[in-house]
Order: sequence, then C-alpha cells, then structure tokens
Amino acid sequence: MNPTEPVRNPFPPQSLARRVAGVTEHTASPIRVRPSVGRGIATWLLAALLVSIGVLAPWSFGRVDLPGGTQTPRWAAQNLQLSLLPPSWLSDEQVQQRVQSAVQTGQYVPGRWLGTDRIGRDVFARLVAGSAISLTLGLCAAAAATMIGVVWGTVAAWFGGRVDAILMRSVDVMYALPSILLATLLSVAVDGIADRSLQDVSPALRQLINLLTMLVAVAGVGWLTMSRVVRGQVLSLRERPFVEAARAMGAGNRRIFWFHLLPNLAGPVAAYAALAVPAAILSESFLSFLGIGIREPLPSLGNLAADGLPELNLVKGRWWLLAPPCVVIALALLSLNFAADRLRDRLDPASPG
Amino acid sequence: MQPAVHKSPMGESLLLNRPVLEVADLAVSFDNASNPGGPRIQAVAGVTMTLFPKQTLAVVGESGCGKSVTAMSAMQLIPRPPGRMDRGSILLDGNDLLSMSEKQMLSVRGSKIAMIFQEPMTSLNPVYSIGNQILEAILLHQKLTPQQAVERAIGALEEVGIYNRLKERYQNDLVALTKNKHHLLAEYPHRFSGGMRQRVMIAMALACQPRVLLADEPTTALDVTIQAQILDLLRQLQRDRGMGIMLITHNLGVVAENADVVCVMYAGRVVEYAPVFELFDRPMHPYTRGLFSSIPGLRNEMHRLTTVEDVTNNPAEFRKLPGSEKGVIPWWPHMPVEARPKLAHERDAYCLHQIEPNRWVGCWRTPELEAHASPKPSLDFRRHDESSIMPLGSR
Repeated sequence: MNPTEPVRNPFPPQSLARRVAGVTEHTASPIRVRPSVGRGIATWLLAALLVSIGVLAPWSFGRVDLPGGTQTPRWAAQNLQLSLLPPSWLSDEQVQQRVQSAVQTGQYVPGRWLGTDRIGRDVFARLVAGSAISLTLGLCAAAAATMIGVVWGTVAAWFGGRVDAILMRSVDVMYALPSILLATLLSVAVDGIADRSLQDVSPALRQLINLLTMLVAVAGVGWLTMSRVVRGQVLSLRERPFVEAARAMGAGNRRIFWFHLLPNLAGPVAAYAALAVPAAILSESFLSFLGIGIREPLPSLGNLAADGLPELNLVKGRWWLLAPPCVVIALALLSLNFAADRLRDRLDPASPG
Repeated sequence: MQPAVHKSPMGESLLLNRPVLEVADLAVSFDNASNPGGPRIQAVAGVTMTLFPKQTLAVVGESGCGKSVTAMSAMQLIPRPPGRMDRGSILLDGNDLLSMSEKQMLSVRGSKIAMIFQEPMTSLNPVYSIGNQILEAILLHQKLTPQQAVERAIGALEEVGIYNRLKERYQNDLVALTKNKHHLLAEYPHRFSGGMRQRVMIAMALACQPRVLLADEPTTALDVTIQAQILDLLRQLQRDRGMGIMLITHNLGVVAENADVVCVMYAGRVVEYAPVFELFDRPMHPYTRGLFSSIPGLRNEMHRLTTVEDVTNNPAEFRKLPGSEKGVIPWWPHMPVEARPKLAHERDAYCLHQIEPNRWVGCWRTPELEAHASPKPSLDFRRHDESSIMPLGSR
C-alpha cells in the first residue's frame, strides 16, 4: 500500500450523523414505512411451498400405496435389502452395493432422494403426499372453523341477552373439555360405527372417513376461539360512534350489520383465520403423531414424524426420517403466520403496508 | 301579520313562524342496571322546547342533565330496553316522531332530521372511503343514478369547504381540479384531520336537506380555531337552507356567539328558557346565575372563583323572581324541604312558568301556578331577523 495515499475515513462524520438519525438521502416521504423485514419473503416462501407441493402431489400419490391405486410399490420394496437406506447423496459403498444387487435381481427400487423408511418406501414421495394431505386438511379445517365461529359469535353478540348466554356458555363448556380427549372419542366412535354398520367397507372409503373425522375433530376445536374473538369484535364494533352515526343517517339494522359491521370484522377475522390454518395443521400433526389422527398407510406430516422418532437413537441416527417432516411443519407454520400478519395489514386501510 | 317565508335553494318555500320541532313534556327513563328492581333512572323528566326554522336553539347544562337523551329521543336512537319513553311527544313538522314505527323512522332519520356527533375521529367508518360514506347517506333516501349521486356528493363536500385548498391550488386548471376532487372522494377517513372529518360528517348529515339538525357537541373535540370555522359553516348552511339547529354544548362562549334561544337544563328538566341576549343580560334562575358567575374573568384573578353551589346555596337568590312573595320560587331539587313552598302535588313538584312574555323559568308547582297554566315555551326569535327573513309581501 502506498504510504503517501491519504487514509480515507470510511464513515464521514456527516453520513454517520445521518445514519444515526435514520435519514438517508433518498428518503422520499416520511409516510413510507417499510413493512417489517421477512414478511414479503415469507409470503413468497409460502407460495413456493404450496406450489411445489401442489405440483409434486400427483406424482407422489402414485408412489404412496393407496388402496385401489395403480401401483403397490411398498410390497415390491418390502425387502430388508432396501429398507432404511440413507439419502442417495449420502450413500456409501455398502449401500451402493445393496441397491445394485436389488436392481440386478429385477426388484422395484424406490427413489431415494431422502432415503427410504422401515419398509423400504420412498421418504420424499411420502413427505410430499403427507404435506399435501396435512395442508389441505389444515386449510379446510380452518375454513370450517372460521365459518362456524363467525356465525356463532356474530349471532351471540348481535342478539345478546339470553341467546348470547346460551351460545357462549356452550362454548365455555366445550372449551373446558380437553381437545385430545374429544378427538380420541370421536375417532374411536366413528371407527366403531363404521365397523358395525358398514360391513365390507372398502379401504378407500375407510380412509376417506378417517380424513373427514380428522377434519371434524380439528375444526370442532378451532371454532371455539374464533367465536369468542368474533363476539368480542362485534360487541365493541356495535358500540362505536360510526354505527350510531350510520343509524342517525337512516341506516336500518340489516344495513348496519352487512355494510358497517362485517367489513370492519373482515380484518381481524381474516388475520385470525390465517392463524388458524397453522394451528389446525399443528393439531392434526399432533393427533397423528399420537396415533389417533391420520392412519397408515396414508401419510401426514404428523405420522411421518411419529415414524421417524424411534429411528433416531444412539446406535444409528437415521435422521432422514424425522427431519424432513419437522422442517416442512416449521416452514409452513412460519410462512402462514407471516402471511396472516401481512393479510391483517393489507385489510386495514390505515396501515402503510 | 303575513307569514315569513324562506326560499330554500331546492326551491321549496317554508313557513318560518311555524315550529319545525316541538318537544312537549318529554320524559325518558332507563333501567337501573345495578338495582334491577329499584326505581328507574329518570334521565329526562318533562322537557319542553320549541325549535323554529332558521333558528339555533342552544341546549346547555352539565353532563348527565339530559341534553343528549333529548336529542337521541328525537332521533329515536334510544335503545329500548333499557330506555323507555314515559310520556310526552316530539313533533317534527307536526308529525309525532315517538308514535312512528321503526320503518317510518328509517325514512325520517337522515332525510328530515339529522344529527352530528361530538367525536369526528370515530364517527366515520374506517373501512370506507369518505366518498362511499357520503354516497350511502345520499342513496339511503334518494333515488339517483350513480353519476348524479357522485355529483351530489361532490356538491355536498363543496358546501362544507373541503375543496377550498384544492381550488386555491388549481385555480386555472379545471381538469386537474376535477380529477383531484374525485381523488379526495376515494380517501379514507384516517387521512383526514379532525376538522376535515367533522366537515365530512356535516356533509353527510346535510346531504338530504334535513329540516332539523341536532348538533350534539359538534365542536367539543376540536381546537378553538377549527371550532370557530365549523360553527361559521353551520351558521352559513343554516342561512342557505333555513333549517333549525339544536346545538347541544357545554361552552357558554359558543352559546353567546351562535344561539338565538337558550334552553338551560338541570336534572332532566328545563330550568330556564330565554332569548340569548336577555338570558346573558339578566339570568333569572339561580342555577343559570351560578353558571354565569363561575366563568373565570381576567380581572378578578385574586378572588376565589364563585361556584354554582355558592349561588344555589344562598336562599336569598331564590327570592328574586317577580312574584316570589306569591310563591313563584325557582325549582331546585337540592333545596331543603322546609324552604320549599307549599306544593300542589307532592309527586309533580316542577313546572315551567312563564315569568315574562319572553322568559320561562322552572318553578315549584304551587297551587297558584297550577291555576293558570303557562303556555309552552316558544320563541320565534332570531338574532339576525332583519337580514335573513323576508316577509312574503316584500317579494
């Protein structure tokens, strides 16, 4: 370095002062506030997740043995040679040889991008199918919970008095019951009824019933909170001065409800509904993890994780079974939460975002 | 005498000396939530007042004296239950509002009788643009095409002076002015200041040319300069349209500046009813005197302020009415029982007595007062009578 060259201060005093004051040269207007970092990224992440799951789902369902499906590769691969293989990009000599020998004997070899599970099924295919099932179930359950909760809460708050007392005390009672107990009772009862009344049920119908039961169990818990949120909102909104002003203008009850209360309700409801989606996914995963949710052979994020947990031990860490469903759950929850945040801001006309 | 007539801009002429709003012996009570079986809370107990077109009737009194309940009863906006109309009538152009069905009221509210509220910051719906809200006010009562309605909305905002700044800025550029007028319609309330929102509220209230405007403390939430602007605006709109304004306020300065007739209320009753100048010159009821004497002055800063109680606790103050020796004693609920005159009925102790042709004071109902019933308070008086009213023959 040339010693005669003057050393330049990387932080000229003026710019430092400006930086401290938070002023930049190009600040266009003080009103423009950046939405918090990450929400935009998270929204894109959510979109990418949903799109990739949607695109890959048909492919993955072909590889997950569904009753009545075209293939049953699970049985073809039921071969200790091919079970619990590590991901293809981690396989060592020994694994390569096992796969090679299986290929040479003409056996079915599953894709191994995320390895295979205990009975030799492709983990990646099951992960995609499980994500699709879990997300769909979560969305449907949240939608159902929102609809029931909004109707219940608005009816309670709007009519008040005895109607309010009956509706909200029933919510309190249901709140007091443990949700796991409810879900367990429901699935056991449905199973029993299906066993007794529907002899020779086809496995496909059985799985559909299983999915619907889960939907009812998850949505049946989710709408309770929603109805409380909505009731509180309606109670506070109907006492706001703008409702009285609308009345003074000659707006009738119906008009005030549809044109003044509901649009104001949309922001909090949408935000809460968006938060209810990850909550529903989480509770579905939890129930499946406990074994009362979606049952094998249908995959879901919860039962994939439940499958993976016993394979993680001190002797041999088969992490590729547990890590992927956990990562997908985490990403889905994070991005849905951020998306809910953003939705709430977008629906509030006073927010800068 | 020929009837005075006002030509409104809409072309209809209205008789000025026929009352537009008559409240007669109105009594409103509410359920007592803390004591359900107990006596009901009497918010208004026999209020009588009369409002003429082009007149500003100021209703003053402390919080809880029933000013707002009177106005809300006229709009039929009192929730029932807990509220209840015990007796009385409210006539709007001769039609009793209290006997109207809810359906009939829907067509009256906003079109014949309108109201503006104290809180401009929260009286506009935050999720609709102001244009939408004015359009709603217009379309609730008038069948117009969207194009006409938008024009009417712009006209309504023009009248309340929302566009004054825009006009200054785009004096010569009519296209830009029109464009910006439409832009302003699409703005949301949170972008407006308190004064602008109150202007929007006034535009909404007046969009359908109501006969009566109930202004419930319209300037309390605004600062003094904006307060003056809003009151000027109301006065000007009143002059153009010939509507009656019931101005509810705590501010005696606002009363002195704007009112034609003042109605002082206490504990749900009218204690004094008089033209504004006469009231300020010569308050008759001790409570009114107490109110005026408790206004701090600039000169007497060394003395303790006189309070309302100082005046009303002095028995001599109650013997100043003409005819006090015959038992014309101002009604005052806190007067000790032994000091009260002999009453006609124990229950109904109050009556509004005409002391002078223009003056009414709330008095104890003694047998003498009951013998010759006073006429209802009704003052066809306006401070700017000569300038604003033209007798029919002069046209």
